[in-house]
Amino acid sequence: MAAHLSSGRVNLTALREAGRRELREFLDKCAGSKAIVWDEYLTGPFGLIAQYSLLKEHEVEKMFTLKPGRLPQADVKNIIFFVRPRLELMDIITDNVLREDRGRSPQRDFHILFVPRRSLLCEQWLKEQGVLGSFIHREQYSLDLIPFDGDLLSMESESAFKECYLESDQTTLYHAAKGLMTLQALYGTIPQIFGKGECARHVANMMIRMKREFPGSQNSIFPVFDTLLLLDRNVDLLTPLATQLTYEGLIDEIYGIQNTYVKLPPEKFAPKKQGEGGKDLPTEPKKLQLNSAEELYAEIRDKNFNAVGSVLSKKAKIISAAFEERHHAKTVGEIKQFVSQLPHMQAARSSLANHTSIAELIKDITTSEDFFDNLTVEQEFMSGIDTDKVNNYIEDCIAQKHPLIKILRLVCLQSVCNSGLKQKVLDYYKREILQTYGYEHILTLNNLEKAGLLKPQVSSRNNYPTIRKTLRLWMDDVNEQNPNDISYVYSGYAPLSVRLAQLLARPGWRSIEEVLKMLPGPHFEERQQLPTGLQKKRQHGENRVTLVFFLGGVTYAEIAALRFLSQMEDGGTEYVIATTKLINGTTWIKSLMEKLEPAPF
Amino acid sequence: MSRVRADEEEYWHSSKCRAFVFDDEEDELSQLKESKRAVNSLRDIVDDDDDDDLERVSWSGEPVGTISWSIKETAFSSTSSLEGQDSSLQKGSSSYPALPKQVSSYSLSSLFKGRNKLSSFQSLSDALSDTGVKNYAPELRRPKSEYKDYSSDWSPKDTVRRMQRGKVCSLERFRSLQDKLVLLDEAVAGHDGNVITAVLIFLKRTLRREILFRELEVRQVALCHLIHFLRETGEQKLLLDLLRFLDRTEELALSQYREHLNIQDVEKRKEFLKGCIGLPFSAEDSSHIQDHYTLLERQIIIEANDRHLETAGQSEIFRKYPRKALILNKPLVTTLFYCCFYHYREAEGTFSSPANLKKTFKIPDKQYVLTALAARAKLRAWDDVDALFTTKNWLGYTKKRAPIGFYRVVEILQRNNAPVQVLQEYVRLVEDVETRLNLATKYKCHDVVIETYRDIKDRVQLTAYKSKVERGSAEEEKINNILSN
Repeated sequence: MAAHLSSGRVNLTALREAGRRELREFLDKCAGSKAIVWDEYLTGPFGLIAQYSLLKEHEVEKMFTLKPGRLPQADVKNIIFFVRPRLELMDIITDNVLREDRGRSPQRDFHILFVPRRSLLCEQWLKEQGVLGSFIHREQYSLDLIPFDGDLLSMESESAFKECYLESDQTTLYHAAKGLMTLQALYGTIPQIFGKGECARHVANMMIRMKREFPGSQNSIFPVFDTLLLLDRNVDLLTPLATQLTYEGLIDEIYGIQNTYVKLPPEKFAPKKQGEGGKDLPTEPKKLQLNSAEELYAEIRDKNFNAVGSVLSKKAKIISAAFEERHHAKTVGEIKQFVSQLPHMQAARSSLANHTSIAELIKDITTSEDFFDNLTVEQEFMSGIDTDKVNNYIEDCIAQKHPLIKILRLVCLQSVCNSGLKQKVLDYYKREILQTYGYEHILTLNNLEKAGLLKPQVSSRNNYPTIRKTLRLWMDDVNEQNPNDISYVYSGYAPLSVRLAQLLARPGWRSIEEVLKMLPGPHFEERQQLPTGLQKKRQHGENRVTLVFFLGGVTYAEIAALRFLSQMEDGGTEYVIATTKLINGTTWIKSLMEKLEPAPF
Repeated sequence: MSRVRADEEEYWHSSKCRAFVFDDEEDELSQLKESKRAVNSLRDIVDDDDDDDLERVSWSGEPVGTISWSIKETAFSSTSSLEGQDSSLQKGSSSYPALPKQVSSYSLSSLFKGRNKLSSFQSLSDALSDTGVKNYAPELRRPKSEYKDYSSDWSPKDTVRRMQRGKVCSLERFRSLQDKLVLLDEAVAGHDGNVITAVLIFLKRTLRREILFRELEVRQVALCHLIHFLRETGEQKLLLDLLRFLDRTEELALSQYREHLNIQDVEKRKEFLKGCIGLPFSAEDSSHIQDHYTLLERQIIIEANDRHLETAGQSEIFRKYPRKALILNKPLVTTLFYCCFYHYREAEGTFSSPANLKKTFKIPDKQYVLTALAARAKLRAWDDVDALFTTKNWLGYTKKRAPIGFYRVVEILQRNNAPVQVLQEYVRLVEDVETRLNLATKYKCHDVVIETYRDIKDRVQLTAYKSKVERGSAEEEKINNILSN
């Protein structure tokens, strides 16, 4: 189930294994048969660590979703709540426990597993309700960094950006640092740390402090990572706002990928059985897992969408040819060989069918007029055209009441590409938005201003053109089919964050000191001493491994760009990516919006 | 794909396999067994139609699906949990971009989401002191030494470190202000919001408000955590006091304004908004807040009137087009649309007249025309549409003018199924020849197409267009006339 985790340069199976071990240990503490009551939000991330079979091996017989009321009847010795430390969940648990039939025999034992950590406040809350004493085991399961793929880790902490940049709550950073300590315990001390941004600085400080305070953490593992690069999301506010144009990026933009799963409209996946001329269309969304375990997906996901079609048709030809082979298989040996390949071919066939359908769905959208208009405006902004006046398209979209998030993405993009909007322009947009979508959105606009996404131009100087030119963020001659630069992921725009990583590897940040100073937050370098025996002697031609940690979220297009750099022949560096949350412009802006009460009707 | 599959079936059932005549020199029997086994296991795959099953069912038929899927499975016997599962399946099933739900969040803010009760926090320290702990059920596996944790002689640093590891510590022994502040500074240095907040709650309970505020003012990180905590737990009064103390006027104003979202009753909400008007917002924001209040006030009046009209049944428009939702709390532009729909001809003096709204809220011309156009077009009131764009100059000549491009007018009319006669009148007004031709062709405004080709003297296109119009129709004749001239 986890082969894809070991496919990369760093074998992340070890991290998953560590997570599984911890889980097993906890389950075995509660001897006897068990039922797990799940905080629904945890099932996704947990699914990446363990499947039901593991739980079953440890006598988990039933599983329920956490909700108020009486717990379902289940003849088990233990009831275990798997929950995040949130007070409203404590209320539900309290309700469950209080309604438990005291007369039943044998009595069921209660336990709580807090994910990712125990909370003093939640326990206090339970005590207030008079149920704390009912729990025999109260433990924590530190699910800090969850392995998503062979080169990808995420904390899946959705509100991380908001907390770090709006509320100055550094708890997520604390967990990030702890996650990095766990990584170092498994993969060795990372000798070099680079960073850019306030949060990056904090995390580096915490790591150094934790190392000092727990001298036991000094380990004797040969370091797998050469470098850690910590990047604040607010160093590059631009990239997530633009529409991602890689295959995976577009799937996420349009359908939303959650914990590597995507739900798709079922129509295009209707089984075409003989004799059933297409009646009974499925109504449930088609759910697919997307990761590098699927060979075809691993090949196409990071391509620009315009390059996906040709790969799919080439694959179709190869597979048809492979199936044809069976007519030529005459001897038992040949048949055997064909048969042995069949499961693989069968999987390849269904994989191809799925991705052809997904590509069709996406194409319907990318060929629409509105998608084109929207993209045109984005690209104008990013290449520095007309960023200083009210944009007609945005105005039209407001007039037609397009989704507010779309408007906010565009306005913020314009603001970022102009180092803030002229006061007159900003006021105009604000007014239009408030009049059309409701005055209460003034709170959201305020949040966006605080996060630096939407702001008035303070000085008359617009730094963006300098940054764009120095870092070569806009490339006119982009090659989508056979890319030679990371700018292919946005068909012209090279993600700033990834450019920083690229320049750090070669020729080093010293070459861009001036631009670094224009971007927010300090940039720094730290070294962690290694015992002499562990110092790496690099083989000639061996690539360095850099862990890039995006504090505040990363997009699939940025991941694609880093993978592109990993694969460059003379690149010299391979990247592993970690983040607080996988985001896209929509989920990101949404996390910054003020939660408004539902309308009263 | 099904065709391929059928072929396979045929192949595997065909005689070639059954004949067992192979020329291989190896042990045929064992090889055959192996190949048969392979074929059989293959059938599992080939017969399995839905690829999903591959993910879900292992060879032995055991479910090895994802956890969320398994919950559904194992909970099957219980109807109540089944319902819950059903509803969760519905979520995000729409084809529109499904936004990932909050998946998991670990930090401070997640601890307090939607929480309004505060009383329980007053005695937090109880939980942290040993008396509370003794009530716990016997914890079998806890080593004896851990009980020492509660013996209370930990330094501030150790206390924080223990709390970070989720252990229970008594804070009560930190009595002097000095001790408390050292404890707070240690907590802040640890960066763990859970611990910082626990200490803050202890300080909040044991320190005088002015002292707490004064000390927090020089401790920005702790201050942020307290503000965030107060916001999440809904301790509005203390929050406002704090912001006032800090002189953060704009933040104070917005925090107060945010409260209106929790007021369901519209009258009360209106009164509350009225109270917000004087708050120290930025100049720009303050005019928006004023507008918000005025709008809701308007909506309440309009709503009362219209409800009366509707129930009385006297007004034709309300009979013909019953209202689907209340106008209360709707955005300004929606309100304008509503008024253009139900109250278009009212004199400017009434609250519900569109002209009055336009004036009061300084709605730009463009916005006004777009909204009025959409509303009148929906009612198929083509005369009103006409009037919207007709201007008279001082000589009394009329002229058609639009603050939005006429192509937009055409789009909106078309969306409301305007007849060709109406549509072509506006297509004709589109200035750009190419756009005009495109629109006219798209919406089959033959006259406009023909006239345009005539004007630009494009015989070739005009001749070609003959195939698009009906044979023997007036349009065909028109084309012939032009071509023969």
